Amino acid sequence: MDEINNNDTKSNSRRSFLKKFGIGVGIASVASVAGFSLAKGNNGNSYSGDMVKLLTPDGKLVEVPKEAIQAVKLDTDKMKEEARKGLSGKKFVMVIDLAKCKNARKCVDACQEGHMLPKDHEWIKLYLLQENSETSRYWFPRPCFHCDKPMCVSVCPVGATYKRHDGIVLVDNERCIGCKFCMTGCPYSARVFNWKDPEVKMPEGHVYDPELTIPPIEGTVGKCVFCADRARKNELPRCATACPMGVIYFGDLYEDTVTNGVETVRFKKLLADRGGYRYREDLGTLPSVFYLPPTQRMFPVERGIDNQTDEIKERYKKAGPR
Amino acid sequence: MQTDKNLLKDLTPEIEKTSTSWYIVFSVFFIIFAVGVYGLIQQITKGHIVTGMRDNVVWGVFIVNFIFFMGLSYAGAILSGALHLFHTAWRRPVIRLAELITVISLVIGPFFIFFCIGRLDRLYYLFIYPRIQSPITWDVIAIMTDLVGCFIYLYLSFIEDFAILRDYKELDVPNWKKKVYKTLSLGFTGTPAQKKIISSAKTIMATMIIAIAIIVYSVLSWIFGVTLQPGWHSTIFGPYFVISAVFSGTAIMIILMWIFRKIYNLEKYITLRHFKNLGVLLIVIAAFYGYFTFSDYLTKWYGSIKMDSLLIDKLFSDYSWLFIFANYVGILLPIVIIGLPRFRTIRNITISAVIALIALWINRYLIVVPTLETPFLPIQDSREAWNIYSPTWVEWSLTFAGISVFGMLFMLVSKIAPIISISEMQEIDEEELLK
Repeated sequence: MDEINNNDTKSNSRRSFLKKFGIGVGIASVASVAGFSLAKGNNGNSYSGDMVKLLTPDGKLVEVPKEAIQAVKLDTDKMKEEARKGLSGKKFVMVIDLAKCKNARKCVDACQEGHMLPKDHEWIKLYLLQENSETSRYWFPRPCFHCDKPMCVSVCPVGATYKRHDGIVLVDNERCIGCKFCMTGCPYSARVFNWKDPEVKMPEGHVYDPELTIPPIEGTVGKCVFCADRARKNELPRCATACPMGVIYFGDLYEDTVTNGVETVRFKKLLADRGGYRYREDLGTLPSVFYLPPTQRMFPVERGIDNQTDEIKERYKKAGPR
Repeated sequence: MQTDKNLLKDLTPEIEKTSTSWYIVFSVFFIIFAVGVYGLIQQITKGHIVTGMRDNVVWGVFIVNFIFFMGLSYAGAILSGALHLFHTAWRRPVIRLAELITVISLVIGPFFIFFCIGRLDRLYYLFIYPRIQSPITWDVIAIMTDLVGCFIYLYLSFIEDFAILRDYKELDVPNWKKKVYKTLSLGFTGTPAQKKIISSAKTIMATMIIAIAIIVYSVLSWIFGVTLQPGWHSTIFGPYFVISAVFSGTAIMIILMWIFRKIYNLEKYITLRHFKNLGVLLIVIAAFYGYFTFSDYLTKWYGSIKMDSLLIDKLFSDYSWLFIFANYVGILLPIVIIGLPRFRTIRNITISAVIALIALWINRYLIVVPTLETPFLPIQDSREAWNIYSPTWVEWSLTFAGISVFGMLFMLVSKIAPIISISEMQEIDEEELLK
């Protein structure tokens, strides 16, 4: 940990972010899986007085004697088992308000940073859609839909991609053989393939966890994980917190509550009031992502193109009715 | 056991000594193969980025080759299988060829799946973490069963020949080869009891490989059929793939008959009759195959489902020439050429078969690639390779390596075993004597 703090000055913000992030995950995993174990200072042992500040999983800053700290071996098997099961009693849903989206692309950046993705890998992708020539165009952010009848899970020959109790569909990159059948199975093009070595330098002692899918492994498939690691900590996905417009609401179907970090609303009422729908309901995959139609938009759609780089502008040149 | 010396010499041209041309052709094949190996090394070290495949078109020429080679293996199912059951006499000189095509293409086919897999080092996961829900698992089971079945069938037909070669004392071959013949002939001496066992075993296996072959190719088509993708999600795919496999199997049979006849001077054994019979089979299959193709595309074209329309638009614009060649020329031309008796020469039938075979490969390409270029959500990407698939030299080098391995394996087999079944030919003589 000392090493991480010392390095902060010379590393760039992305690296330091990830390192801090690495610590966060470490503690969370230890706490949730192996239990936070501090040697108890009983039996009248006296400590020298050197104290160390530590952050507990529930966010409290505590001080403990230096001698009392014991290294806890991360039970990685247990961690991966938990990552397969998911959180019980939850069913995560996302609501995306198309009326607010202006293609700010902050969700894409936050996602790529958080999951150490190469720049050309977009787990959440922004489409410029138009249903037909009579209707208007609108921005359409597309994460993984975490379907309740996921085609990708059905076709996977080795069980590398799986659906959990809480509705999240994950990929175990240590199991994936890279046959890409899930990519042809997914009707939403939600999956990306690691065509080459992503060349991501990992913090020392980093352990692969399917909830984060860090690092991306060459020759395997990646996709949006609904920020399962954050859900475990009761936090919003990275895209939801990063969005300046509060487009993305995230929550629990059983609690009937979704939030974009600013306002918290009743999930069913939101859908009922705003005419929520799911993309291509006819395919029968039962997505966990719902959309609110792009009515009374706050910004003209062109704003989403004007401020972008040439690379981004190029993408939408052929966008039109389809 | 008496064997006509001339017959044996004719049918085993490469066993005793190796001709210069054998070495030349083999070297050419080997060089092509080596280039393929180099391509594969590039792909393994640098990653699949060296191929033309990207996130939309995740399956390219490799999968096309896989379906294609698996289809060639139908030569065996239809010729050695069906013709064996119906006791057709004319099949005897070509039956060995058909069985070899089957086994060799069955061995080569799965390699193209391996090339397509991102983590070859984890291939064994298919066996330690199998999920029976996945059509790939169905495929693994079906292909392995087919391989075992076809190997057994091929071996059954070799036993008698190995016994003949073992008993032929003047055969000028190294000692290790003689030992091989002795071991592989399993003590077959030609007693009526032994003959009966082999004959009934062959009949059982012939029936089985026909059934297994149908299952293998149906399962293969369901890899596409079970998905929701436009153009793939079709109930007709099972029988459609089976019939097109028979089509390619018959075509490759005609082509190889022509090649073997030329290089080994087998004009006496493989005659116009064989070409005519297989040619007629080819056009009957072509008619069925054309009918399936037509009904598959007609229903997509006539309706107004958005994704189907987008796919058909793509096929008739970007891919129009390939589409015309694959599905008009490749089907109608063989029917016309072989259908009219005055065109029915060995050369013309062979040319038709070549056209049919190439057209079928393109048909496969048109099934795999345009669908992946037409996802439900439009491809919005500035990178050219992400929009349109074009195979790179790595994919082509491995494709040609596959073809050259096909050739090399045939050449290697011709070094140790008769390319036309001696035992089958002897039976013809006996039948003729009885008349």
